[in-house]
Amino acid sequence: MSQSFDEITAQLKRRHRKTARLKWLSMGALALAATFLVVFISDMLVKGLPAFQQAQIQVEVTYSEQSQQMPPAAVNEDVRRLVSRGFLRTLPMRMRDNPDLMGTTRMEWVLADSAVDQYLKGHHTRLKDDQKSIVDDLLAKGQVELKFNTRFFTAGDSKMPELAGIASAAMGTVMTLIVTMLVCFPIGVMTAVYLEEFATDNWLTQVIEININNLAAVPSILFGLLGLAIYINFFGVPRSTPLVGGLTLALMTLPVIIIATRTALRSVPDTIRQAAFGVGCSRWQVVRDHVLPLSFPGILTGSIIGLAQAMGETAPLIIIGMVAFIPDVSASFSDAATVMPAQIFTWAGEPDRAFTEKTAGGILVLLVVLISLNATAVWMRKKFERRW
Amino acid sequence: MLNEQTVSRENEPGQPSMGPTLKPVQPSTQGKPVNTNEDAGHELSIRVRDLNLWYGANQALKNVNIDVYQHNVTALIGPSGCGKSTFLRCLNRMNDLIRSVKIEGLVEMDGRDVNDPRMDEIALRRRVGMVFQKPNPFPKSIYENIAYAPRMHDLVSRKAEQDELVEQALRDAGLWNEVKDKLAEPGTSLSGGQQQRLCIARAIAVKPDVILMDEPTSALDPISTATIEDLMDKLKQQFTIVTVTHNMQQAARVADYTAFFHLGELIEYNDTRMMFSNPHTKKAEDYITGRYG
Ligand SMILES: Nc1ncnc2c1ncn2[C@@H]1O[C@H](COP(=O)(O)OP(=O)(O)OP(=O)(O)O)[C@@H](O)[C@H]1O
Ligand SMILES: [Mg+2]
Repeated sequence: MSQSFDEITAQLKRRHRKTARLKWLSMGALALAATFLVVFISDMLVKGLPAFQQAQIQVEVTYSEQSQQMPPAAVNEDVRRLVSRGFLRTLPMRMRDNPDLMGTTRMEWVLADSAVDQYLKGHHTRLKDDQKSIVDDLLAKGQVELKFNTRFFTAGDSKMPELAGIASAAMGTVMTLIVTMLVCFPIGVMTAVYLEEFATDNWLTQVIEININNLAAVPSILFGLLGLAIYINFFGVPRSTPLVGGLTLALMTLPVIIIATRTALRSVPDTIRQAAFGVGCSRWQVVRDHVLPLSFPGILTGSIIGLAQAMGETAPLIIIGMVAFIPDVSASFSDAATVMPAQIFTWAGEPDRAFTEKTAGGILVLLVVLISLNATAVWMRKKFERRW
Repeated sequence: MLNEQTVSRENEPGQPSMGPTLKPVQPSTQGKPVNTNEDAGHELSIRVRDLNLWYGANQALKNVNIDVYQHNVTALIGPSGCGKSTFLRCLNRMNDLIRSVKIEGLVEMDGRDVNDPRMDEIALRRRVGMVFQKPNPFPKSIYENIAYAPRMHDLVSRKAEQDELVEQALRDAGLWNEVKDKLAEPGTSLSGGQQQRLCIARAIAVKPDVILMDEPTSALDPISTATIEDLMDKLKQQFTIVTVTHNMQQAARVADYTAFFHLGELIEYNDTRMMFSNPHTKKAEDYITGRYG
């Protein structure tokens, strides 16, 4: 006689229990990972968001011969230490550019010293008690305020925290990645096309293949040493520049792009190649007209992810000197530059507490850029996904 | 040189491939069908002599001799794995794409050995088109599917010419009325049977001499199959067709000549009517009547 449903159900109980247990375990793991992510991001937000605001102070600025010679004389003595020295330093130049200012006195919102900024944000500061009470006074009169920190996004690095911005590092990152992509994308894609579509399967291609896979696993700092040895010491490429940085990152990104491209090429069904050969395409026409267009979204996605990786890379760039102090935003391939993660690294090492929030702010900017890059990659994959 | 096709049933008790037991035949009849309908036009299209093919160490074709005639449908039948597709791919050198392949023997078209290193396989494939088992239109528009190859081969220069050629190819493939209003839609949006006719249209658009079809209807429903069979009957006015099929009725319906392969050997090559009414070899008879294991 065969078993009844009840008997079979009783036996199945144990199996169902196992399934349930596994399900809970994997969901637990996911929850743990999500918690870490949330904790990390909220910590960064709490620490970094204040960096997007900076204290400004309304003071009377006197434009006179004396303040041209000695800028601190331009503001009243009691608030002199509350105004950013960076602002005072620009006074003579402003007066030179705008002679009409001479002899006038006006109320102006100017950048406050970072100590005021830190005091307003509730951090420990080096302000003395009498200065604190002046700030409290001004605050009550609405003459001290936290305003949106435009400088952070438009200025370069500075030794004065209230003046420091991420822009020169962002520009350095852009210039460096342009070099990386210009080198990597064509070489990587063509290498992958050669390996997938043209090369015969012999020991040489196998050696190349193994090496490419190994290259992707090499610790990035070694690429920095390689860049230093080859580009700077051997070829004499100027150090600290986006050019040498981009070339060094290209060494790292190349295997990523090659591997991504090969995967994308392999996902194109062979029936398409057969169809193309069948109507008399040459090998190159098969690749150019059929295989590459179909694999392009995959190639692009892989390249963007490789780019995002390169963007977050710090160690190799430190070795080739891209941790320079760069106060000016410059779109040049051959001037000394720094990149965002290196800038964050520099700020993290500053003793002044005011740089702590800059560090977190920089991380937030980097994260936003990285997330948008990855989102672009996902979006492209969805958009260009094709049926065949 | 042996010729299995002339082996008659009486002296074929065992293995037809064992050369020494078979009597040699005159070279003149090599590769010819056993019975030919003498009044039909029999211009030679492709001549195959002593064709041997290896995939690595595994021999997939053994001493194949065959004459393919113009404006006829030649069907290749035989059990799975007997080398039909392999043979078909020899005719337009699609086997070149498989790395381990080694080919010996003569495949001659228009007085030229197609395996000659001086023969450009692209030139060959322009004259010998192919339709595959699974419909494989390009993931492009219906129009582009047809126009792509002629444009690549410089068969058309002006847009108007190209439009005309696309329409003609689609008409010849019996697809025009179904797709004329949606030429810009992707070829993959068509039904399976329509896709296969699109592939046929794509093949005939470059005006080849020969069209090879590898089980063109095996993925299709009976109605689409019938449509394509009709199409083959019509297309042979313009083209020479070599087709592979597992469907005996289909071979009987569409083919003028039928070649029966077994384990890489051409066992019998015969006029289709003769093949199905009075096969000369026991193996062919067993296979056709479904007695083959
Ligand atoms: N690409 C290949 N590499 C190695 N061996 C192959 C390859 N293609 C076919 N073969 C072998 O060659 C022999 C003939 O295969 P082929 O595909 O020509 O058979 P077929 O008659 O078309 O079979 P089917 O009716 O199933 O399509 C088989 O033994 C097969 O294993
Ligand atoms: Mg086959």
